[in-house]
Amino acid sequence: MIIRPSATACRKGGTARVWNKDKEMNFFARLYYPLRKAWKAVGLYLVIAGPGIVVMVADNDAGGITTYAATGAKYGYHLIWFLLILIPVAYYVQEMTVRLGAVTKRGHAEAIFDGFGAFWGWFSLIDLLIVDWLTLVTEFVGMTAALAIFGVPPWITVVAVIMLMAVIVLNGRYWTFEKLALLFCALNLVYIPGAFLVHPSVRDILHQGLIPNFAGGFNGQLFFFLMANIGTTIAPWMLFFQQSAVVDKGMLEKDIPWGRFDTLLGSIVTVVVAVFIVIVTGTVLPGIDIDSAAQAATELMKTDRYVGTFLAIGLFDAGLLGAICISLASSWAFGEIFGWAHSLNTKIRQAPWFYTTYFLMLITSGLIVLIPNAPLVLITLFVQVIAVTLLPAALVFLILLLNDRTTMGERRNTLTQNLIGGFIVASIIVLSTLYGFSVLFPNLFK
Amino acid sequence: MSKLSNLFGKISEINSRYREPRIEMSGAVRKTLLVLRVYLLALVALMIYKFVAIVTQG
Repeated sequence: MIIRPSATACRKGGTARVWNKDKEMNFFARLYYPLRKAWKAVGLYLVIAGPGIVVMVADNDAGGITTYAATGAKYGYHLIWFLLILIPVAYYVQEMTVRLGAVTKRGHAEAIFDGFGAFWGWFSLIDLLIVDWLTLVTEFVGMTAALAIFGVPPWITVVAVIMLMAVIVLNGRYWTFEKLALLFCALNLVYIPGAFLVHPSVRDILHQGLIPNFAGGFNGQLFFFLMANIGTTIAPWMLFFQQSAVVDKGMLEKDIPWGRFDTLLGSIVTVVVAVFIVIVTGTVLPGIDIDSAAQAATELMKTDRYVGTFLAIGLFDAGLLGAICISLASSWAFGEIFGWAHSLNTKIRQAPWFYTTYFLMLITSGLIVLIPNAPLVLITLFVQVIAVTLLPAALVFLILLLNDRTTMGERRNTLTQNLIGGFIVASIIVLSTLYGFSVLFPNLFK
Repeated sequence: MSKLSNLFGKISEINSRYREPRIEMSGAVRKTLLVLRVYLLALVALMIYKFVAIVTQG
């Protein structure tokens, strides 16, 4: 029973028992409001959350998983510190798309057309279409290879994936798409228990992984791996996807702080997943040359069936998530420019061209994988090269648009943001260009 | 045929809508876009060279 102090008792000081009780009540009362506030904040975040996490986790696509698996197998834990540096790199670039989308209510393609005219607009749109289509082919390569480990024929994988993606997208609500995508993002965390199963040495991870070092000295091959890791962290479609997703979700300027948090959380999750992949292959497959994540999964199966299974499931999930986001990035971009209805909140009858573009991209890229002797290795290599033609342009446009006082007003880049963003963008351009060169001329850095 | 002409009509409409860039073309912006054009031309030339090299080598 709670004894409340009377007014007289309060004035006179009351009994010790009454005051203690009162103090306890005050303590809980004081705790209640911050907790309720925090709970409301979590609730609000869950409403706003989505574009940042989805785009970042989808960035760990089939190509990304292959790069991280190969990095771990080649250099063990020695490049974990470098992956951690990529958290602010990914955050600063993608954060700009949140602000641009929330303020202008336009996707990145439309922003480029409007800001820089038709020439640069068409260049970006057509380049995006080519890069996205080629990347989609690589996602299907990853997904079919992952399920082939379990004996699933490629045609069944392709048909099942297209049907699954139709179910995800055709429900007529952005919210449902986003929450389903977040579910697949959660599945991407499968690498974390996988890493615990291989019992890595925590001491080695801390000593070798967290102190910046270049194992075996700085040479061409190491440089190639560093460039590949950067190349998989920032992809052109990510800029287009997140900005369009921010617009489709209906985020407002007041939601920007939550959008930033969402992006930061996403960039941390994506790098953490990458680190755990490196730990898995660094522990079990040290010194082995890995050409694909499917090869890594097969190798891991020989050592530990469960870890190999986790890697294969993760590879399939990564390809699926990447495919969902990449095909949407193109459909949104075309919808913005051609003036078609282009929202996931519309039904197929309301936005036929939007969904036609989406499925056309998906089906044609899936069919390529089923063609016997299709030049899949060549396509995989060319993705990196074509991406290099779009990424610098998209990043430069992003910085210029973020400095447009007329459109961005108070949300335009500050001097600090320009210095940090400019440095990151310049570094990405130089390194991704060199990476593109190294793909064209494999002996360049050897 | 009419669908194709509709498409071309739509493209012309887009071109006229976005004829003038809205961003203020200051000296820095112009220089940046020029460097970007040169960069892209060099990259495309390199890709064509590589493509020709692959084809001629069989």
